[in-house]
Amino acid sequence: MASVTLESWTMDNMVGNVVEWLKKTICLLILFILPGIANAAYNFNFPEPVTPIARETLHIHNEFMLIITILFVVVFAIMIYSMIKHRKSIGHQPASFSGPRSALQWLWVLIPFAILLFIDFVLMGIPAVKAIITMEDTKNRADMVLKVTGMQWKWQYEYPEAGIKFISTLATPRDQITNAEAKGEHYLLEVDKPVVLPVGRKVRILLTSTDVIHTWWVPQFGVKRDAIPGFLRETWVLIEKPGTYRGQCAELCGKDHGFMPVVVHAVPEPEYLAWLEQQKAEAKAAAGGADRTWSSEELMAAGKEVYEKQCVACHQASGQGLPPAFPALAGSKVVNAPLLDMNGKIVKDSHVDRVMNGKPGTAMQAFRNTLSNVELAAVITYERNSFGNRRGDMIQPAQIKALR
Amino acid sequence: MSSVTTTHPVEQHAEYHPGGLLRWLTTTNHKDIGTMYMTFALIMFFVGGIMILAVRAELFQPGLQLMKPEFFNQLIGVHALVMIFAALMPAATGFANWMIPLMIGAPDMALPRLNNWGFWLLPPAAFLLTLPFSLALLGFGDGAIATGWTFYAPLSVQGGWGVDFAILAVHILGISSIMGSINIIVTIFNMRAPGMTMMKLPLFAWGWLITAFLLIATLPVLAGAVTMLLTDRHFGTHFFDAAGGGDPILFQHLFWFFGHPEVYILLLPVWGLMPHVLSTFSRKPVYGYKAQVYSFIAIGILSVVVWAHHFFTAGMPIPALIYFMFSTMAISLPLAVLFFCWIATMWKGAMSFETPMLFAVGFIVLFGIAGLTGLILADVAADAQYHHSYFVVAHFHYALFAGGIMGVMTGVYYWLPKWTGHMYNETLGKLHFWLTVISFNLTFIPQFFLGLAGMPRRIPDYALQFAEFNAISTIGAFILGLSQLLFAWNVWACVRGGKKAESRSWEGAEGLEWELPSPPPHHTWEIQPQIK
Repeated sequence: MASVTLESWTMDNMVGNVVEWLKKTICLLILFILPGIANAAYNFNFPEPVTPIARETLHIHNEFMLIITILFVVVFAIMIYSMIKHRKSIGHQPASFSGPRSALQWLWVLIPFAILLFIDFVLMGIPAVKAIITMEDTKNRADMVLKVTGMQWKWQYEYPEAGIKFISTLATPRDQITNAEAKGEHYLLEVDKPVVLPVGRKVRILLTSTDVIHTWWVPQFGVKRDAIPGFLRETWVLIEKPGTYRGQCAELCGKDHGFMPVVVHAVPEPEYLAWLEQQKAEAKAAAGGADRTWSSEELMAAGKEVYEKQCVACHQASGQGLPPAFPALAGSKVVNAPLLDMNGKIVKDSHVDRVMNGKPGTAMQAFRNTLSNVELAAVITYERNSFGNRRGDMIQPAQIKALR
Repeated sequence: MSSVTTTHPVEQHAEYHPGGLLRWLTTTNHKDIGTMYMTFALIMFFVGGIMILAVRAELFQPGLQLMKPEFFNQLIGVHALVMIFAALMPAATGFANWMIPLMIGAPDMALPRLNNWGFWLLPPAAFLLTLPFSLALLGFGDGAIATGWTFYAPLSVQGGWGVDFAILAVHILGISSIMGSINIIVTIFNMRAPGMTMMKLPLFAWGWLITAFLLIATLPVLAGAVTMLLTDRHFGTHFFDAAGGGDPILFQHLFWFFGHPEVYILLLPVWGLMPHVLSTFSRKPVYGYKAQVYSFIAIGILSVVVWAHHFFTAGMPIPALIYFMFSTMAISLPLAVLFFCWIATMWKGAMSFETPMLFAVGFIVLFGIAGLTGLILADVAADAQYHHSYFVVAHFHYALFAGGIMGVMTGVYYWLPKWTGHMYNETLGKLHFWLTVISFNLTFIPQFFLGLAGMPRRIPDYALQFAEFNAISTIGAFILGLSQLLFAWNVWACVRGGKKAESRSWEGAEGLEWELPSPPPHHTWEIQPQIK
């Protein structure tokens, strides 16, 4: 459930919404702002750090904040002193100097300059360089690798050594987003399948993207790195404390940029290994399904599930899409064309081709690498027999496997 | 600095103008064109302001209340493009047109017809930029550019026709800015009054001179980048597509090679103006004239070699990170010289605090916050937390609203008596100042905390922990927006009438512009003054 689009958007309900909003605003002002100011739990700094980098970053941040606060206070204290003492209204006579004239005055000019030089390149510069070198040290003594792939608008996590991968999408119900029901504690920061990492292990994180640039950010890790299509970027974390850590995509990546959270479960290593085994078993079970023949009811049921997770953000629950950017599937020429050619091969720009290989230059991504044979077969079958499309045909997971 | 040895009687010309709209369409007079630039900037300031108030209204509470995320994305990007290219830059060019000829004793700008053309390119460009909104309402297309003002590929390759409109608009705005810059450079180099050497040039003209060179150096790079984007979108090239051998990060390099100097393009005219105002209301000469000139030049040069600090999180080699960090920090040195000179100009003066002086002091303090937060943003390690977050949003609004817009307001209040021949309403001006400063801080201080707590920028909806600060920020933004109506009213009232302004509208004002009557006649300095 990643879609947050409000259907049936018309001028009428826009006006209605504005009126509703104004009412709420006034109520809120009275109910919440006044007592709220006193009670709210404000955050004035970074959240609690749980990795060495985050601790280092917080330390640097606090130190810099102190330095610039001192600079600010000293400089503007001098200015405010002058504004009080050197006023025309109290009869102060203006001086006429326009530059340093004596050795002492030159000293006054050069001392702040020297202090700033020292602050920039020594006081701030040296810890910064040290931190950069630590931050970029992704290769030494890494215990494991996690590959993170950003895609509109979800994250795929892959554990290359264990051979498992899965997609993680927003789990907040749409009714919460449209204010139809009360918002949960982790509103917008909850996913269907969090990524699990062991504590006390150095995890090398490789990042890439399948479409546009995304940024993977967990504030408590002190890590923020762009996921760039066609390139690998890397960073690392060493989580010191078990817990659930939440973050978000930080680079504008299209309409649901605000709705692709990152949730990391950090657990002790034995628990992590048990989880890994369980995932492997599940993946194996799922792969086995590709070889048997599926009934059309089974494919439709599985396809609905995949559709609601992967496709609904753009093509909508109704299959009407959001044209022109996101075309409708209902009555679509692509969906309602023959499935494969007479030799059982993919027809270019056909339904199967679109789903497997995407459409370059648009948000339609290639699902061949992110979905399994079963999922691909199911979702294609589902789309051809839903939203008023009545092709009556289906494609088997085994056929998809052969087409790869 | 400079003084006039012989004052010539200013001749009044009874000359022919076409009437009505035709006068403004065909004018080649620097004052008329300056007025048009300023008026256009004021209108677009409100257009961009309304857009961002809609955004702030949406962000008042968690959840989606007023708009779809797609529309939200369009508003934030067009807000930035309008404010930067259609409000701040034209306002600065308006100042240049009005004041540079008056201040350097030139009869007009060197290239008056180019000047007219440069202005009249702006309205069509602004129209193009905002047209997709109206087309979408009528059911054509999917609205304006939704990539933020940064056009990052591949999101912009994927986008709807709003991107094409924006590319075309940026091209036209760029041509206009380059023509304006050429005009200013030619005017300053060739048309100074006899005896006005470069080191007697008013600092405002110096600031603009550096801006003009930066525009000519960097705008073609932006034009190239967006043209490459256009060919990627429509003509099958792959500059920014890895699958075709391109690189999305190339776009960021090209964009910020323009984008970082752009910050100084917006600020240098304001830095040039500050010493005039501070010196006037301190009744004391400008401190450190030469130091300020050299700082302008140093900042101009440094500004084109620091661009990659805008995308540290994109990943780059360690030597590059360290280089871009230290070169960015180095900008703090010439900037500190400017701060020193501003405060030293006030030191031991006889200060009075009319509205322009209030805005100047407000500018120094708030722009100080922008500079200091900029210094820590340069730090690569800490930047990993600040970047792409509301901390950055707050930082650059301190630079561009408190630095840019409040700087422009300083200049407007300072020179309004000269332009209109009337004094504006001082009480209203002071009220405008205090409302602006308080509500500005109410808007943006919470955003620093939001960023530190981990709220990414450019999101239409947010987690519950960010609710209080967003609510406060929205309230601040609405007060800030509404108080600008006072400004518009005050300017309008001052144009229409008011207390008669003297030639030297301010007691401590120095410079050639104050030797002329207020308002100055249509043609001035036809006989150039002699500078000792």
